[in-house]
Amino acid sequence: MLEISNLHARLADGREILRGIELSVNAGEVHAIMGPNGSGKSTLAAVLTGREGYEVSEGTVTYLGHDLLTMPADERARQGLFLAFQYPVEIPGVNNLYFLRTAMNAQRRYRGEPELDAGQFLRAVRAKLKLLDVGEDLLQRAVNVGFSGGEKKRNEIFQMAMLEPRLAILDETDSGLDIDALKAVARGVNEQRAPNRAIVMITHYQRLLGYVEPDRVHVLQDGRIVESGDKNLAVELEQRGYGLLGDVA
Amino acid sequence: MTASTDTLQTVRSLSQEGYKYGFVTDIEAEEAPPGLSEDTVRFISAKKEEPNWLLEWRLAAFAAWRKMAQPNWAKLHLAPIDYQAATYYSAPKKSTGPKSLDEVDPELLRTYEKLGIPLREREALAGVAVDAVFDSISVATTFKEELAKLGIVFCSMGEAVREHPELVRRYLGTVVPQNDNFFAALNSAVFSDGSFAYVPPGVRCPMELSTYFRINAAKSGQFERTLLIADVGSYVSYLEGCTAPQRDENQLHAAVVELIAHQGAEIKYSTVQNWYPGDAEGRGGIYNFVTKRGACRGARAKISWTQVETGSAITWKYPSCVLEGDHSVGEFYSIAITNNRQQADTGTKMIHIGKDTRSTIVAKGISAGRGQNTYRGLVRVQPRAEGAHNNTQCDSLLIGERCGAHTVPYIEVRNPSARVEHEATTSKISEDQLFYCRQRGLSAEDAVSLIVNGFCREVLKELPMEFAVEAQKLLAVSLEGSVG
Repeated sequence: MLEISNLHARLADGREILRGIELSVNAGEVHAIMGPNGSGKSTLAAVLTGREGYEVSEGTVTYLGHDLLTMPADERARQGLFLAFQYPVEIPGVNNLYFLRTAMNAQRRYRGEPELDAGQFLRAVRAKLKLLDVGEDLLQRAVNVGFSGGEKKRNEIFQMAMLEPRLAILDETDSGLDIDALKAVARGVNEQRAPNRAIVMITHYQRLLGYVEPDRVHVLQDGRIVESGDKNLAVELEQRGYGLLGDVA
Repeated sequence: MTASTDTLQTVRSLSQEGYKYGFVTDIEAEEAPPGLSEDTVRFISAKKEEPNWLLEWRLAAFAAWRKMAQPNWAKLHLAPIDYQAATYYSAPKKSTGPKSLDEVDPELLRTYEKLGIPLREREALAGVAVDAVFDSISVATTFKEELAKLGIVFCSMGEAVREHPELVRRYLGTVVPQNDNFFAALNSAVFSDGSFAYVPPGVRCPMELSTYFRINAAKSGQFERTLLIADVGSYVSYLEGCTAPQRDENQLHAAVVELIAHQGAEIKYSTVQNWYPGDAEGRGGIYNFVTKRGACRGARAKISWTQVETGSAITWKYPSCVLEGDHSVGEFYSIAITNNRQQADTGTKMIHIGKDTRSTIVAKGISAGRGQNTYRGLVRVQPRAEGAHNNTQCDSLLIGERCGAHTVPYIEVRNPSARVEHEATTSKISEDQLFYCRQRGLSAEDAVSLIVNGFCREVLKELPMEFAVEAQKLLAVSLEGSVG
C-alpha cells in the first residue's frame, strides 16, 4: 500500500531531516516507528501527509499505486490517508460534529459515494462513541476548543473511526494520556484493524504498543530507519534505550 | 422558498459564473438631466406628484446640503465624487403603477427573473412580501392584501406618501433629520423611493418583510428612503438584500433608513449586501454610504440590526440605536468582508438616554486580499442614563499578508452607574487550522469557508433562517481566491 524509497527531505531553511527512508507497508499491517527526539518522526508524518514547509529533495513515495508526493494534502486525505495529529489544533465556532460530517461527505463525494444525511450520520456516530468512551457533549463543542489533552487524542481516534481511512498515521497518539485514555485509544485503533487498512504508529514509548500489537517495528534515527523487527524489538528498545544504536547503518 | 432565498440563491452561481449580474436592462429610462440643483429637486417631486409639504421638506434638505462639505474623517480612500455629473432620477418609462403583475412591463419581469426574483410566482411562495424597486420607481408590491387584514401597511415610500401621508409626515426625518450629515441631506433632497412599513399596536407581523434594490442606469445614484414604524407592543422583522449590475463608473448609494419602535415593540432589521465590489483592481464598484438609525422611543422597545456586508467597493455605514425609552435594548451584529481592494469603515452608535438601557455589539471583520476593514463604534451614555449596560465584542480576522484591520472605538460615559465592556481580538487563519481541515479531506477553499463561518457564527445565528443559510454561502463566495 505504501512504498517509501530513498526519501530525503529538508526544512525550508535547508536542514536535511530525512536521509534516505526506506519503508514498505502492506494492507492489513500495523507498523510502529520509534525513535528519539529529533530523529525525524514528525517530519516523516508531515511529508507523507503533505504539510507545507518541507521540501523533498530525493526519493519517491507510492501510495495505492499513485505518486503521493505530487498530490495536494486534501487529495491525499480523500484517497484515504489519515493523520492523527500530535497537537490537534482548535477551530473556534466550528461544531465538532458538523466538521466531521463535512469532512466525511467531502470524501464520499470524491469517491462517488452517496453523502450521509443527518440521521445516518448520527447513527454512525453513536455506534463509535461507546467504543471510544467519548462523551456526546464533546461532539457538540467546537473542534478541540477547551478539550484536555486526552480528549483531543480521543477525538482524533474518533475521527479516524468515522472516516475509515486506508492508511492511518498516528503521530505520538499516546503521549500525555492516562491509563484509561490510553486503553480507550487502543480500543479504537484495534477496532480499526482490517485487511484493507494499514496503520502506522509513530511513538517514543512502548506503552501503546502493549495494547496495539504491531506486526513490524522500525527504529528511526538521524533521518534513517536503522533497524526493523517484530514486536519484541519494541520491548528490547525499552530496556536498552536508543543510545546503543548510534553506530548501526 | 421565499423571495429572499430566491435572490440569494443566485449568489451560489457566482462561484462558477463570475459576477453574473453584469448586464443592463434595455429599457428606455426616463431620466432627469445630469446635475443637482433646486430644479432637479422640483423635477423629482413633480414626477412623483408629491404634496407640497414634501417638496418643501426636500428643498430644506437641499439647502442644508449646499452648506455642507463631504466628510473625510473615515479611513477610506475614495476618488472625488462629482455630484453634478450624476443623474438623480431614473424610472422605467412604461410604468405608471401596475395594479397587478399582468401590467408589469415584461422586460422588467425578465430582469427580475435574471436576478432570481420570479415575481410571477410570488403568490405561490410562502410568507415573504416583496416590494421590488427598479431604479427609482417601485414596480410591484405583493401580499399587501394579506397584511392589510392585520392593519399592517407595507408599501413603497411613494405610495405611503399618497395613501398614508399623515404617518409619513409624523415620522419622516424624526430619526435622521435632513441636516444630520452630508449624505443624509443629499438623500433627503433627492430620495427616489424605498420601503415604508407600519405595524399597528399589539400586532406581530406574521411574515418577514423584504425589499430588493437594483442600480441600473449609468451615473444614476441610488437614494432609497426607508421608514419602518412599530407601534406599541408590535413586532416586525425586515430583510434587506441587494444586487447590482456591473458598471465602469463608481455608483453612489446613499440610502437612509429610519426605524421607530414604540413602547414594548421590537424591530429586527437584517441586511445581506453583496453589491458589485469592483474588479480585482478596485475599479467600478458601488459606493455604499448609508445612514441607518433606530429610535427606541418607548419603554422596553428593542431594535436589532444584523448585517452581512460582502460587496461594494466602499462601505461606509453605522446602523445605530437611540435608546430613549427606559429598559430599551439596542443590538448590532455585523459581518463585514473586504477582499481584493474593498474598503469598509463601518460600525454602530449606541446612545443610552433612558434608564436601565442595554446595548450589545458583535462586530466581525474579515480582511483578505488588499482589503481594508475598519470598525468604528460609539457607545455614549448620557448623564441621566442610570444603569446603562453595554457589551461590545469586536473581532478581526486577517487572511493573507496584505490586508488591514483597524478598530476605532469611542466610549463616552457621563453617568457613573454605567457598565461598558469592550473586548477585541485580531487573528489570522492559522496554517495549522488550514492544514487540519485539509488533512480531513476539505479543499483549501472549503477550509477557509468553514473557519470563517465558525468565526462569524455568533452573527450568523442572528439572521432569519433563510438568510443565514445563504449568507454562509455568500461568505465563501466572497472569499474566493483569498487563500493559495
